[in-house]
Amino acid sequence: MLKVTDLHAYYGKSHILQGVNLTVHGGEIVSLLGRNGVGRSTTIKAIMGEVEPHGSIKFKDQEIAGMPSHEIARLGLGYVSENRDIFPTLTLRQNLLLGQKIARQTGRWSIDDMFDLFPALRERADTQGGVLSGGEQQMLTMCRTLIGDPDLIMIDEPTEGLAPQLVETVAGLLSEMARRGLSILLVEQKLTIALKISARVYVMGRGVVVFEGTPDELRDNEQVRKEWLEV
Amino acid sequence: MEVLVFSIFNGLLYGMLLFMLASGLTLIFSLMGVLNFAHASFFMLGAYFAYQISGFIGFWPGLVFAPLIVGVIGAAVERYGLRPVHKFGHVAELLFTFGLAFVIEEVVQMIWGKVPVPYDIPETMNVAAFTWRGLDYSAYRLFMLGASVAIFLALFVFIAKTRTGLIIQAALTHPNIVSSLGHDVGKIFMWTFGFGCALAGVAGVIGGNVLGTEPSMAITLGPIVFVVIVIGGLGSLWGALIAALFIGIMDNLSISYDLSLYPVLALFGVEREVEGIMQDLVNLTTAGLAPVLPYLFLVLMLILRPRGLFGTRDV
Repeated sequence: MLKVTDLHAYYGKSHILQGVNLTVHGGEIVSLLGRNGVGRSTTIKAIMGEVEPHGSIKFKDQEIAGMPSHEIARLGLGYVSENRDIFPTLTLRQNLLLGQKIARQTGRWSIDDMFDLFPALRERADTQGGVLSGGEQQMLTMCRTLIGDPDLIMIDEPTEGLAPQLVETVAGLLSEMARRGLSILLVEQKLTIALKISARVYVMGRGVVVFEGTPDELRDNEQVRKEWLEV
Repeated sequence: MEVLVFSIFNGLLYGMLLFMLASGLTLIFSLMGVLNFAHASFFMLGAYFAYQISGFIGFWPGLVFAPLIVGVIGAAVERYGLRPVHKFGHVAELLFTFGLAFVIEEVVQMIWGKVPVPYDIPETMNVAAFTWRGLDYSAYRLFMLGASVAIFLALFVFIAKTRTGLIIQAALTHPNIVSSLGHDVGKIFMWTFGFGCALAGVAGVIGGNVLGTEPSMAITLGPIVFVVIVIGGLGSLWGALIAALFIGIMDNLSISYDLSLYPVLALFGVEREVEGIMQDLVNLTTAGLAPVLPYLFLVLMLILRPRGLFGTRDV
């Protein structure tokens, strides 16, 4: 589904990504782990075209490196940024509607689906996005991207700053996504959810992938965890 | 009483015309951060195109086609002029639109000459709509008022209720996110710029035959439109509306009543019979002051509230 080969990216003169290689297969949940500042977010921004990529990025066998973001999204690649960027002046329902790439788009997810999964969102459907709680905003950004019916969704730190109960809710949504056939590339700092739901994990360090394997292999590899993950 | 009512009517009319120009400018500024110095030039183009079209097939087709042509020209200016300049920053964009205003003026002079063209009010509308206390109110002016109010309502419904309007609102604050959801922000920018220019074009079509269609009309009206958006608050459509109506009504009242400023000066002990520079002040009336008043309010607003009435950022 997604194959990234020798991906480099720069912020000014800083060489952030120094040859990242990763693959996500159809229907697979893959996590990209690592400490802050190692290039995890930059990797998915480069895949999405928000940071200029150098290297090869193939999505559904099509080269997408250098394509504008909206064309990448229209191919079926969804992206949820870490900033919970909801549109503050629009209502929750209007935010969701803008997830549709064309008016009245139908797909695996409908607005009612979202409200069934998160009843709290239904209650606040006509509330302005700007006054929603942090947790509600996080749910909204994920639901908004799902409404666009992506085949692969990249989610940056979905559990960051959430209460433990909400972390479980997010994990539930991720599992539901996988059940409906979505591939997921999850960027996380915490191991808890990632190791529980992922089929494979990548660990990044200093702009490159330093480990690739299953969650069990990572659990067993104390050296990688100590050197690249533990604070 | 009738003078007051008619002045307010005319003030509303002028204000709505200013709003039509200011709304396009505000929309473009909100979305792209570009202060389009050439905006009033698109107003002028609307008037000239309407004059040309109405000469062949009448005023009403001109009302439809002239703004459309202006809108397409505006979209092309964004796509092939502003967008390549965008990467050099806002100063470069500002200079581009500044230069564009001169280019449009020169082109207009080359095609239609330096003197005003006879773009007249359509015959069928050149009658009195109603007469009140012996004063006629022109049917065309009533049409102008109705058309501007209709466009204002359509604009607000478009921005607040339609999917395209919602995408524009979202792109105002989060263009990258809008793009990552699959919406072509470049195209949104291009057509919003075109739409803003088309609004100026409509104002040109319906205002050109009352205000006069001549090559300096852009330079005459352009600065007032900037006063409107600064007083209203950069980026605020409501602010632009209120400021435009305020300036329109104030302008008409100060001319209609033509009050002497002497009573105010008398409070400071100024004699009516004085000589030199004070004589000019004593003879000054509100009509003489009318062209300066918007700029006076602009200065006051910048001193007291730099972000304008409803703006979210300082000028």
